[in-house]
Amino acid sequence: MSLFQNRLPEVHRMLTAKEVSVSELTEESLAITAERDKKVNAFLTLNEEGARSTARALDDKLASGAARGLLFGLPAGIKDNIVTKGLRTTCASQFLKDFQPIYNATVASKLQQADAVTIGKLNMDEFAMGGSNENSSFGPVRNPWDLERVPGGSSGGSAAAVAAGEVFFSLGSDTGGSIRQPASYCGVVGLKPTYGLVSRYGLVAFASSLDQIGPLTRNVEDSAYVLQAIAGYDAQDSTSAKVEIPDYLSSLTGDVSGLRIAVPKEYLGAGVDASVRETVLSALKVLEGMGAVWEEVSLPHTEYAVAAYYLLSSSEASSNLARFDGVRYGARVDEGGGLLDLYLNSRSRGFGPEVKRRIMLGTYALSSGYYDAYYLKAQKVRTLIKQDFDDIFKKYDVVIGPTAPTTAFKLGSQTEDPLTMYLNDILTIPVSLAGIPAVSVPCGFAEGMPVGLQIIGKEFDESTILRVAHAFEQNTDHHKQRPQL
Amino acid sequence: MSITVKDVQHVAKLARLQLSPEEEATFTEQMNAILQYAEKLNELDTENVKPTTHVLQVSNVMRDDVVKESLTQEEALLNAPDDEDGHFKVPAVLE
Repeated sequence: MSLFQNRLPEVHRMLTAKEVSVSELTEESLAITAERDKKVNAFLTLNEEGARSTARALDDKLASGAARGLLFGLPAGIKDNIVTKGLRTTCASQFLKDFQPIYNATVASKLQQADAVTIGKLNMDEFAMGGSNENSSFGPVRNPWDLERVPGGSSGGSAAAVAAGEVFFSLGSDTGGSIRQPASYCGVVGLKPTYGLVSRYGLVAFASSLDQIGPLTRNVEDSAYVLQAIAGYDAQDSTSAKVEIPDYLSSLTGDVSGLRIAVPKEYLGAGVDASVRETVLSALKVLEGMGAVWEEVSLPHTEYAVAAYYLLSSSEASSNLARFDGVRYGARVDEGGGLLDLYLNSRSRGFGPEVKRRIMLGTYALSSGYYDAYYLKAQKVRTLIKQDFDDIFKKYDVVIGPTAPTTAFKLGSQTEDPLTMYLNDILTIPVSLAGIPAVSVPCGFAEGMPVGLQIIGKEFDESTILRVAHAFEQNTDHHKQRPQL
Repeated sequence: MSITVKDVQHVAKLARLQLSPEEEATFTEQMNAILQYAEKLNELDTENVKPTTHVLQVSNVMRDDVVKESLTQEEALLNAPDDEDGHFKVPAVLE
């Protein structure tokens, strides 16, 4: 049985009791990865040398009795759009295939301070643009539950590596659902914090007003541990929130009696698969059995969220990706045609089709004559979507629904029409636009594939969504299921 | 509001992207579909709605003007595709 089958506190007890060493945990992670990743393709770069060296140092620390970090000895994977000093970071793009970051992202430093062991960098949709991990220029990631299906995206590698038991936890990023949707498809816990809770310093920017880093884990307790380690004000991130970080672990009381749950009718409507709806309704019954009450509500502007999101995020992306010009870093293509050609050739050869598509869309939406009609209009609709949530939270504690309208689909089945792919995010996008936190927790299976329950909270109320997710999880067996790989 | 291939060519130039004729055709079609979907937003009356620029309460972040840790020239040039004498090298900009 893998060491990773144990709860985090149990692993820490085993380390303290010298039943296992950090080096053994690291070797286990590397061995499982070597075997399973041939099929899953979750990793882009492995940090074997670095991980072993860190593990040795941590074993020395263990022996010396020095104080240990919160995530002591745990093998972790980091999504490849988070810069790690000295460890190649590609954003799954050919443009950055040889890029060596010269600094560490704040979250990467925090993982180091917490004594985690970085096993490697995880595959993703290129520049975080996608919902299936089929937009990686290094090949798709496969869902450990069914290798013919997608793991979801853009944090496909992050979700798959945890589901496959290759690492204890991973970090992903979420702009319109990129942590939660793959968590749902892969049967793991994925949390998107309130905008500003976790530093974006060192996260390669896609849409600056939406991007957030968060944990992917096998259970809610682990998610609370990782969030505790990475949350907090960072002076290096000008959008970082100056808020007190509570003790997330102490919120895992198991108590949801009297909890007031709002279930938007728009989240259980026509676009959602019947089997997903049934699974979510069963989950709500479980919560009712634990003393929570739920009521149907309406978030009337839900149907406008996807359109607003694609205009806003593509516009921000077109600006953020202008830095990839081949001048200071990246795969430069200089064929002697001068500077403009250098830009055209480097960018066109380096970026994949989805990245180009979004840059084009964003450039158009921001261009003279169209800014008011598209970008400004989308910003106003964003206000209406946020207001929908603000109104509901006056009377309810959490909003619950499915994380995704379906379970994981087959590789290649949605690549013809970009718009179909965009609609997979219909349930996660409104949350991103409102900037509020949400966690996806496994709530069952439909046709053999995992279904995720999305629990949405008020801004900076991660404690409540973790409490609800944990209480639900502990009353079911879903988090104990493992794919047969 | 329909986009033509000429519009796509113009936007590509602004975005510093070189598209093949096939890509131009595909993008024209796809962008039209996406923008048509986005027309949905016009169903909403947003006359008196303020745009959300920042979803959090934010204020400008300043710090004291003191010298802090910085990158060395070597670090800054680590990923340079071409460099000379401690500078990034690019094709001639001026005639």
